[in-house]
Amino acid sequence: MPDISKLSIKSARIALQKKEFSARELTGASLDAIKEKDSGLHAFLEVFDDVLEQADETDKKIANGENLPLLGIPIAIKDNMLVESKHATAGSKILEGFVAPYDGTAVKKLKASGAIIIGRTNMDEFAMGSSTESSAYGVTKNPHDLSRVPGGSSGGSAVAVAAGLVLGALGSDTGGSIRQPAAFCGVVGLKPTYGRVSRSGLIALASSLDQIGPFAKTVNDAEILYEVLEGRDSLDSTTISEQTYSSRSKFSKVIGVPRAFVESEGIDENVGNNFREVVEKFKSLGYEVRDIELPHIKYSLATYYIIMPAEASSNLARFDGVKYGLHKDGKNVIEDYFKTRGEGFGKEVRRRIILGTYVLSSGYYDEYYGSALKMKGLITEELNEAFEKIDLILTPTTPTPAFKLGEKTSDPLSMYLADIFTVPANIAGLPSISIPSGLAGTLPLGVELTAGLGREDNLFTAGKEFLGE
Amino acid sequence: MDKEKVLNLAKLARVELRDEEAESLSHEFEVILDYVGEVKKVDKLDKFNKEESSLRNVMREDGEPHKSGLYTKKIQEQAPAREGDYIKVKKIL
Repeated sequence: MPDISKLSIKSARIALQKKEFSARELTGASLDAIKEKDSGLHAFLEVFDDVLEQADETDKKIANGENLPLLGIPIAIKDNMLVESKHATAGSKILEGFVAPYDGTAVKKLKASGAIIIGRTNMDEFAMGSSTESSAYGVTKNPHDLSRVPGGSSGGSAVAVAAGLVLGALGSDTGGSIRQPAAFCGVVGLKPTYGRVSRSGLIALASSLDQIGPFAKTVNDAEILYEVLEGRDSLDSTTISEQTYSSRSKFSKVIGVPRAFVESEGIDENVGNNFREVVEKFKSLGYEVRDIELPHIKYSLATYYIIMPAEASSNLARFDGVKYGLHKDGKNVIEDYFKTRGEGFGKEVRRRIILGTYVLSSGYYDEYYGSALKMKGLITEELNEAFEKIDLILTPTTPTPAFKLGEKTSDPLSMYLADIFTVPANIAGLPSISIPSGLAGTLPLGVELTAGLGREDNLFTAGKEFLGE
Repeated sequence: MDKEKVLNLAKLARVELRDEEAESLSHEFEVILDYVGEVKKVDKLDKFNKEESSLRNVMREDGEPHKSGLYTKKIQEQAPAREGDYIKVKKIL
């Protein structure tokens, strides 16, 4: 039986092709790890009942000499992506019992590349949160300290990889929901350029910001998953092609640090110290690290918490108790809506829908939503200009290590501030990766690299050099 | 923002809300709106041309996205109430 905790996608693929172990054995190792550890962690909402059948099919393919990038690799899926004939709830009671009628494009691509889809992972309800505590199906715990959160909203996927339950996982990132839990759990998390990965079959949070991306143990593994996932899709008109951002400037190893932003208040001392060590390490690897001025980047989080709830309030209007999911009966049609949505949506979702309704309402639209759109444009322009002189922007991924369960649940603004360093990449659509950078005691820390539009290649190059891959 | 305003917004959003939740939300919204309201105060904002930066819709040509009826049965099965091939709702008029 292979030791899944010691394998990467790359090493597992080599071993599978050499027949050192079978796909059934590797899948069995994943199921055993879940059985042993997941009752304490709760990364998974469901482990699919057909995984061993998938593995047997895979072994036939391997025996026939097939070689696909993910053939036989156990992968977990965040519960907001559709897997045909399986439940998908987005962590919400309002979708309890919903069965996906088709595969989302990202899932379809994983299957076509031979991945074994192990199950669906826990998440903040509708991806609204930074701790996975707003899930309607219980909290997920950080494998490095069970009294702490794994981050969110893709907390289950981060834990599934960090605890060695699977070799890779999918998450979605609207304001940091891949990178922040990756940092809290000590794994690699990538948010590609906006439009790089099709979102067909992803339950939408904020459509101008949402992007699907991978969790993995190594940058190389994240790159393998990225190459499977990326590409134009006729089912998502926002997807981009290789030609969309065509300027291919040379990678000259210049990193910019937005010093004033990084040294703003609220940064944990361990995070600050670790960040200085990271800067020195990049210098020792031959990178030029220079301070840069991004005067408006500090407004990214405020901008985000106007645009995201506005779009969410519109996107979530589709949950009405008529077409699918939960239905609560009232006296008439409109009362059905009120009851279904009042009981089906959790507290954070109600909070954001109402906030979004406010910033879009007549009289406040220009003041909030209009201003936020202008600010989004200003920040985007500022960042795109910065990338004419530098290759990468470096910041910590999070201002603190993983916080305690329950610590921020009664103070929404303090929870929102956990996304301070991850949000700018979503505002400007930029690709961004979190890579493990050290420890604060037993808790992992992450550092975030952000590249210009379409330049995931620069993230992979620098990330691999940093981790010595 | 007061409790009544929150209840009115919840009405617009078709979300049933208890009085005490509306009360606590009104206090939370004060704090959140105070924070996000920072974006309004930036001088440079007025000079920024919203039209140039705003996202645009991408439309596809009309046509068959997939074979007609391919998903009909599976989608119908998800509806909480049905009558034959119709999704059932309460009387509107």
